[in-house]
Amino acid sequence: MSMEEFKDRNVGVQNYRMLDLEPNPETGMDKFKQVVKRSVKLELFTGLKVTFREMFNALFRGEMHTTKYPFEKLPISPRYRAIHEMKRLLESGHYRCIGCGLCEKICIANCIRMDTRYDENQRKEVSEYTINFGRCIFCGYCAEVCPELAIVHGGRYETASEQRASYSTFEDMLTPLDQLAQQSEYPGFGAVSADADEKIKKTPLAY
Amino acid sequence: MDGYIVGTIIKAILVLAIISALAGFGTYIERKILAFMQRRLGPMHVGPYGLLQLAADGIKLFTKEDFIPSGANKFIFMLAPVITAATAFIALAAVPLLPEFNLFGIEVRPIISDLNIGILFVLGMMAAGLYGPLLAGMSQRNKWGLLGSARTAIQFLSYEVVTGLSLLAPIMIVGSLSLIDFNNYQSGGITHWLIWQQPLAFILFIIAGFAETNRTPFDLLEHEAEIVAGYATEYSGMRWGMFFIGEYANMITIGFLAALIFFGGFNSWGFIPGGLAIILKVSFFFFLMLWVRASWPHIRPDQLMWLCWKVLMPLAVINVTLTGLWMMI
Repeated sequence: MSMEEFKDRNVGVQNYRMLDLEPNPETGMDKFKQVVKRSVKLELFTGLKVTFREMFNALFRGEMHTTKYPFEKLPISPRYRAIHEMKRLLESGHYRCIGCGLCEKICIANCIRMDTRYDENQRKEVSEYTINFGRCIFCGYCAEVCPELAIVHGGRYETASEQRASYSTFEDMLTPLDQLAQQSEYPGFGAVSADADEKIKKTPLAY
Repeated sequence: MDGYIVGTIIKAILVLAIISALAGFGTYIERKILAFMQRRLGPMHVGPYGLLQLAADGIKLFTKEDFIPSGANKFIFMLAPVITAATAFIALAAVPLLPEFNLFGIEVRPIISDLNIGILFVLGMMAAGLYGPLLAGMSQRNKWGLLGSARTAIQFLSYEVVTGLSLLAPIMIVGSLSLIDFNNYQSGGITHWLIWQQPLAFILFIIAGFAETNRTPFDLLEHEAEIVAGYATEYSGMRWGMFFIGEYANMITIGFLAALIFFGGFNSWGFIPGGLAIILKVSFFFFLMLWVRASWPHIRPDQLMWLCWKVLMPLAVINVTLTGLWMMI
């Protein structure tokens, strides 16, 4: 399935067609005529034809619509907003989060809680970072406000778990170090646009 | 004579076992066909291609609580499903299921009893089966059940008339009521099938057959959207299962009747041997019932009665009259 279907939001411009329904018969003779016409035209067999065609297409032309869900999954939009992910810097593998606290500030559900401290190099490091997913409304403001593209939304929508705390600590959300090569940028809410490079202008030094 | 009795008992047990197994298998086929026609997969997870779903359903039905509502007439409530299941199987007693064959040197005739009034017996038993839904609905002290049994009365009683009248013309042509005679009459190949002489009777019979087996588009008795489950509202467990088995056995019976009376029965069909031919024909009629269920909406009770008394019955009478005139000339 291509992404075109997700991008096509123009629901109002398809070719709708009015059904050419006949008016309801008024008199007994009209009813009789309608019955005779329908019987002679074998309208009922059109219905049989349609269902048989669907069965044939489903069985032999691969148009079965079922997705065996736990085993197969439909592709979701890359902009889908599910459980958050914490990204790392590609070169060093260090987490991108600079501990600015903007996500905590902007969170309208008040579900992000973070603590920071200065490490031995006088750099800010994140000592505590949790998101309460019982409260999170997945609005995407945290991803939008993050200046470092550090917190983004991932595609993990199966969030049933035994504990409320699952998935929600910093380490759970952080890209595992061995999968750093597969880390991809998030194209959704708050991401840099595709033509961001062209838009960058050099700041004049004399300014 | 002893051999005859023993043979009959063996045949009766075999028919009971095979047809009730087929009735269970029919539910699986029905779910699969309906699913395919809606581009779904149907049962898939219990066993290969969901085949063991049958066993799972059976276990569920047997272990479910046997529930009798407090206001119900207990005896009739318990009796009603037995009537449906029993009459459905008794009706099969006069139906020749397969051609004769030799087993260990004994010639076996796969009919429990070749009655000389075979068709009347089958139709009578299927008509007696209407007491099942009727009594079930009235005994359970449930308004949905009462509506269901009222619909049973109007539907089954009216369509008995059409079934009988539509079969009258083929009976006049063949001159016998035994289904074996019907089969032998059509032994001359596909051109001798009664469908070519009596197409109208076949259409009337199949419509009435759909009504008598309570299939869409005439499934008014337990139509979920209107009257919850109709006569079966208060039933659970194996009692409900007996209604179900009865309904599917009736579908198989109607399939056999249509194949025997109009489609050449178990005569060999070209290179296809007779036994396989009738199984193919019955399977087609079974498939047709599922196909129709997937395709057509069901009709209102008043439309049902209109169709029966104002369209089908006059057509049947005209058909009988024309057949009689044609036979005289």
